[in-house]
Amino acid sequence: MGIALTFAGPTGKLSLRPSTAFGLALWARRTVASEAKADSGIICSMSEDRVSYTLDSTLETVNNAEETASRMAADAGFDEEEIMKISMAVREAAVNAVLHGNAYDPNKKVTLAFERTDHDLVIVIRDQGKGLDVSRIPDPLAPDNLMKTSGRGIFLIRSFMDVVEIHPSQSGTELKMIKHVRGNPADSKEAPQ
Amino acid sequence: MKSSTRQVDGVTIVDLSGRITLGEGSVVLRDTVRDLLSKGQKKILLNLGDVNYIDSSGIGELVSAYTTAKNQGGELKLLNLTKKVHDLLQITKLYTVFDVKEDEAAGVKSFNK
Repeated sequence: MGIALTFAGPTGKLSLRPSTAFGLALWARRTVASEAKADSGIICSMSEDRVSYTLDSTLETVNNAEETASRMAADAGFDEEEIMKISMAVREAAVNAVLHGNAYDPNKKVTLAFERTDHDLVIVIRDQGKGLDVSRIPDPLAPDNLMKTSGRGIFLIRSFMDVVEIHPSQSGTELKMIKHVRGNPADSKEAPQ
Repeated sequence: MKSSTRQVDGVTIVDLSGRITLGEGSVVLRDTVRDLLSKGQKKILLNLGDVNYIDSSGIGELVSAYTTAKNQGGELKLLNLTKKVHDLLQITKLYTVFDVKEDEAAGVKSFNK
């Protein structure tokens, strides 16, 4: 499983799975600014602490996004339960982008970006759809909606992430999700003497 | 996802394993339940003990299976939820909607009361 990426760096070509590429780009903390395009049509852009992918509007994108988010969350030190929540939020966001945003249109792309800051894991996913009408997102917990077979994606994302921002526009929807990294030095209190 | 069925005292137990997600398990689950109902097997116990992952599409498919069975005069209950699935049904307030069983024998018996 996974798509091999060909990364053309200054020292030659490397073939990497997306998650591996993300890990290298984020955690190596070296100055790398590059773009690579794989045979599958995935475009990967890397910088010091940020990596973004341009992906086709396919189910494979959904699975790859989930798998990569899981690896990224693990690398950031989240525990198993938090990793599950983050990867599931990303999966739901990718489903929204591929199905509801781009409607599987082969001419439309999904952009997925991960950024590790000192305190957060920031994930941004964009589609090229008509723009999500936030006012029409149903409350899946309302009695009338409880037995509906869809409409729980955004609710789950909000349940699993610390901050969720939805920015719709006529050229697509941007969904930004933030999970606070716990246990980093800024969060920890001084140990008792 | 894999699915297999067995009969116990007039109840069809569906043993599911793997993921119930968009494009994977959702279709398998839907086809399995529809097939059982079309054959008149209307007492369905879904064993989710080996289902380790479910997404919003899978949740929707569980709701659909439950509703479809009910509308056709049948009953669909859930058995052996993993913690992940249990937690998801809790936060979506569906845990109390589904009839959830923890013990297979008791689950089978509950259909025949």
